[in-house]
Amino acid sequence: MADVEEAELSDKQKKEIAKWFLLNSPAGEIQYVSKDVKAILNDEELYNEAASEAFPLYNKSQMICLEMPGRIGDVLVTSFGELKENEFLDLRTAQVAIVDHIKQVCTGLRPALDDELPSPYVEEFRCSLDAEILKYVGEAYPKGVCSVYCTKGKDVEGPGSDFDLVVVISAARLSPQNFCNGSWRSVWNIEFKDVEQILELRGKLQVGAHYFEEGNVQLDAKHECKDTTVFQSPDDCAITIASIIRHHETEYLASLEASYSNLPDTTFKDLRRKLPVTRTLFPWHNTLQFNLTRDLTKELGIGK
Amino acid sequence: MEAAMGLMRRIPPKHTDTALSALLSLLPHHSSDLLSQVDQPLQVLCDIESGKEFILCEYNRDADSYRSPWTNKYHPPLEDGALPSLELRKLEVEANDIFAIYRDQYYEGGISSVYMWEDDNEGFVACFLIKKDGSKTAQGRRGYLQEGAWDAIHVIEVGPEDEGMAQYRLTSTVMLSLTTDNESSGTFSLSGSIRRQMDMNLSVAEGHICNMGRMIEEMESKLRNSLDQVYFGKTKEMVCTLRPPAEIVMRLPDC
Repeated sequence: MADVEEAELSDKQKKEIAKWFLLNSPAGEIQYVSKDVKAILNDEELYNEAASEAFPLYNKSQMICLEMPGRIGDVLVTSFGELKENEFLDLRTAQVAIVDHIKQVCTGLRPALDDELPSPYVEEFRCSLDAEILKYVGEAYPKGVCSVYCTKGKDVEGPGSDFDLVVVISAARLSPQNFCNGSWRSVWNIEFKDVEQILELRGKLQVGAHYFEEGNVQLDAKHECKDTTVFQSPDDCAITIASIIRHHETEYLASLEASYSNLPDTTFKDLRRKLPVTRTLFPWHNTLQFNLTRDLTKELGIGK
Repeated sequence: MEAAMGLMRRIPPKHTDTALSALLSLLPHHSSDLLSQVDQPLQVLCDIESGKEFILCEYNRDADSYRSPWTNKYHPPLEDGALPSLELRKLEVEANDIFAIYRDQYYEGGISSVYMWEDDNEGFVACFLIKKDGSKTAQGRRGYLQEGAWDAIHVIEVGPEDEGMAQYRLTSTVMLSLTTDNESSGTFSLSGSIRRQMDMNLSVAEGHICNMGRMIEEMESKLRNSLDQVYFGKTKEMVCTLRPPAEIVMRLPDC
């Protein structure tokens, strides 16, 4: 902890630091972090530059959900649906949302162009899957938002070629008045393999929570899983995929709960026991015992 | 400064070091405030002469050197480095020995250090530190943790003796992080820090070390329970709110 040098940082370095703070904000807290960062930077122009670079990255990685005008639904901000830095595709409504990243709102809407949408063949699969996932998310997540995109082969006209779909589920619970925020993000990549006639699924689940009433505690949990199933009709594929996803996610939640219940007696013990092996409090007053144990300690070399 | 403290409460605890360096470079004029108010994971040096490690903190630092509680010498050597009085040093030595045994009983390993110095009010201040690495490659006895760290800092201000009684003010900070990693459940990582205070007015009949030790023991147990039940418990609650377990799946009304 040497004395800090009073060297001035370059603007570029300050901007990078500001971006780092913004990008590392917990779910739902970037607006609060940005106020603090702005105050510390004390340079509006520099802050705006940092924000314009950091916010889009943060929004996509957090998969934030924005309301589209006209009450037609929500759009998810993800790299899968990104057409341009501030244009995001919502396939369910075939609309493109224009987004202000820094204010985190949807400022406009336009219909999607034909070449931005998948081919009718792929769309059949995508649409059936979307409907099934919507059902699943509606049941399993009190406030979940989901979307299905085509990430490869969107112009495939018919059988004979592979294509990939991705299912994105994003749920956030923001309770700043209770000093608690959390988010659940699932990304499921599904490869439709035409030759082998199978589907390969890869899921990445990420859960985070932040509690900060007179303290600062955060959970960061990640899990990856895989599965395979047969290539069927669009409707049958959809049902199977949704049930595979439901199965893995339910299992993951159960294992999270198990991790938590192991904490007090098992995991935590590797850091600090609840009580010494003697099951009594430490005998601070018993100096005689100390003299003995002190000699023992020296002899056995404990305490190094 | 308020904005800086606000940021420290939001940034993930595992990034504390990076965040603090960043703040120090952005706000060099506030460096002493930041260093004293922001809790950072403890660092350790080896005292070659005694063969033991000791913990570094602001309370055993003078210029760029740190004083070892085992030999009372500065590393790297420092001429005229601040030292406690002979009497206080005696107490400090005893405290280090006893605290090492306490530490072993509860932590089954780890490193501890105690530093004392006179303050301006005819009393003294004592700082008890513990650092435990519980990862399975270090001192995690049961091998549960991929990564695990517990850092505790207890600073006790002891007032002057008055009719056989003394006033003790304890400020404790615990920083911890733990990560489990396995095939079936992926990576599970919890980290956090909390700080609490406790004031007591006790008889000095059994001596200062006894009083301070008991306060620390009580405080550490309270903090351990609090972290486990309240703090980690809240994050668990949040997960179950995001996606209720299968048995309780029901349609919640749209808010």
